[in-house]
Amino acid sequence: MDNLLKIGNGEIVKRSDIPHLSFDVFRRELLDFAVNGGQVVHYFAYEDDGVLKVMAVLRNDDGLYVTGSDVAEAYHALTADCEKFHMFEREIAEQYGVRPNDHPWLKHVRYHANYRNREDVFGNDYSQDIPGNYEYFPVEGDAIHEVAVGPVHAGIIEPGHFRFQCIGEEVLHLEIQLGYQHRGVEKMLLEVPRKRMPVIVEGIAGDTAIGHSLCYAQAMEALGSVAVDQGARIVRSIAHELERLANHIGDLGALSGDVAFNPPAAYFGRLRGEFLNLLMVLSGNRFGKGLVRPGGVAYTMGQEQRQLLIDKIKETKPEVEHVCDLLFTAHTVQARFDLTGTVDRETAEKLGLVGYSGRASGLAYDARVSFPTECYAELPANMNHKTDGDVASRATVRREEIEHSFLLIETLLAKNVETESVLAGECKLAPSSFVVTINEGWRGEISHCLLTDAEGGILRYKVKDPSFHNWTGLAMSLRNQGISDFPLCNKSFNLSYCGFDL
Amino acid sequence: MLKIIQNRMEQGCRTSKYPKTPITLNKRYRGLPKIHKNCPASLKKKCADQCPQDAIDADNGLIDLGRCVFCGHCETLSKGDFVQFTQNFELGVAKKEHLLTDGNLPRLAEHAKAHFKKLFGRSLQLRQVSAAGCNSCEADTNVLNTPFFDLARFGIQFVASPRHADGIHVTGPISRNMQAALLTTYEAVPSPKVVIASGSCSISGGPFRGSPEVVGDLNSLLPVDLYIPGCPPHPLTTLHALLNYFK
Repeated sequence: MDNLLKIGNGEIVKRSDIPHLSFDVFRRELLDFAVNGGQVVHYFAYEDDGVLKVMAVLRNDDGLYVTGSDVAEAYHALTADCEKFHMFEREIAEQYGVRPNDHPWLKHVRYHANYRNREDVFGNDYSQDIPGNYEYFPVEGDAIHEVAVGPVHAGIIEPGHFRFQCIGEEVLHLEIQLGYQHRGVEKMLLEVPRKRMPVIVEGIAGDTAIGHSLCYAQAMEALGSVAVDQGARIVRSIAHELERLANHIGDLGALSGDVAFNPPAAYFGRLRGEFLNLLMVLSGNRFGKGLVRPGGVAYTMGQEQRQLLIDKIKETKPEVEHVCDLLFTAHTVQARFDLTGTVDRETAEKLGLVGYSGRASGLAYDARVSFPTECYAELPANMNHKTDGDVASRATVRREEIEHSFLLIETLLAKNVETESVLAGECKLAPSSFVVTINEGWRGEISHCLLTDAEGGILRYKVKDPSFHNWTGLAMSLRNQGISDFPLCNKSFNLSYCGFDL
Repeated sequence: MLKIIQNRMEQGCRTSKYPKTPITLNKRYRGLPKIHKNCPASLKKKCADQCPQDAIDADNGLIDLGRCVFCGHCETLSKGDFVQFTQNFELGVAKKEHLLTDGNLPRLAEHAKAHFKKLFGRSLQLRQVSAAGCNSCEADTNVLNTPFFDLARFGIQFVASPRHADGIHVTGPISRNMQAALLTTYEAVPSPKVVIASGSCSISGGPFRGSPEVVGDLNSLLPVDLYIPGCPPHPLTTLHALLNYFK
């Protein structure tokens, strides 16, 4: 394993200590790792002194690894041998104009011009609208019809385009085109004054503001050698679990609404708001924006806030349990959830699904257990009991995580919190360094990876939302399903458009 | 069936009495700022310099609510001596210049267009367009359909088709990739129509202002009738703005 450097989550590493392999060795090493059960956390390109390089962060049951290489303008795609790299290689092609030869499905990811003003790999003219110079994958035959949905959807949701190839009611293939939400986050993070960074990070995916902020703050703390006290870690962990609760509860309500069982939809819709309001008690914002800052938290939890949280958790916990019972024991709900939108374990593993989408298919990975940050090392882990890969499993995993989050919050609220509020200040970052931070956001593994240059400026800021892995899982879940089950499958994953689009 | 009844009893009626009865939000909520103009100039400058959104005009003691994300950094920095956020969530304005404020907003109802009240006062259907929003504006707009807010009791609904809509409610800084879809949706709404900019992104680009990938100002594309500041706007901010502008 000399070709891979073992690293810790949120641990600063000198860039000179990271193996720099020839591309052939790099390629072989990555493929060996991935086909033997390893997963890809990051695989991205960056420019360093005019030289184009690639870096990969990998994980397996034993830990976290990093390695790098130079890369040519074109190379033999890793995806040709292993599916786990497919989205990463498309992203590299889009961002840096590098062509992965023999990539089985070389298609743009977010639809923007590359960073180097190189000739576009996809032959797109970006003054034209999405999908530019691309024909959606067709299924041919007289009996085939195509359904196009979006980018503007029927509800109050983010934009994306879905193209279904159907035979009758049955979906043979779903192609998902995203990119409508692309705001240029990764480039902005390099160019804006430091004071703007926390606010941008909170806007990567607003429903995961705490999760992404944790990744950002931990990275800045590592690079800037900033210590965080235990009190701040407790507040951050509570906020992170509140975010998980609010989203899971909201989604269970929406799933209920999608199968036309209205009582839980109404009750969960209201209950979700209670947890957003608790985030507001902590931070002044219903999504926890403004709370997490490098060095700690901008707002502390005093006795008053703690008591409000304790009382509200005590009040809502039985209500949530009762509505869960109502939802999960209703036969009409079971009939729609069971065996719908199944992603089997093998497919999930090949796609590298994370979070509840992965756990519902039997991939136990939870970053809170494997790479614990904040208070998670001292907290009990969660276990999932239904892992059939269908809507029912994804819903059940959420239910189990709701119970678990209540337990974590109660445990954390019993601890003594002493912390001072921090002001987001500028700290000097260690030069020529590398750090990767991973947190188990409510959707799954969120990771930020930062490289600094010789002056301590940020050379590359790579963001990965769990949705980057999981959108393909949704597409696979629709294979051979009735098209009317799409809303249900979609909500069971509930992926982020903006987190993917950046 | 028994479980439905049991849960129904436990849940009870949760719908808010607002606007008949006022609501007080938690004291940490940051709404309309109060600005103390007489504080030292150095403090004002310090706040303006450190504001992540560059939303503070230190010389004139003004704050741009279209840019502000209500992070509260200026309040913490000045210990409330310069900027102090109140729990007043009534932030909607009808004119862009009203967003640049010393803490006294004009009464929204007085700036509403009279013909809109006549046309849409009893029934308003809106098509929501998320144009690169981070999903917090979208989520806190969706919340208006939950039992606590129950928007439909005011005759206001979010509808699926722009053909059924009286206007559009836009969130997000309008990415280049969403510009065409946004304009097409607007064109599909029959006239006369309303344009609402919700959240700091659609008003000013918000956190993403300056990115070449976003337009950053809805008003540069379409004539905006109603601005709802916030990051995201509190559901009550949106509710107040809709009720006061159209009712």
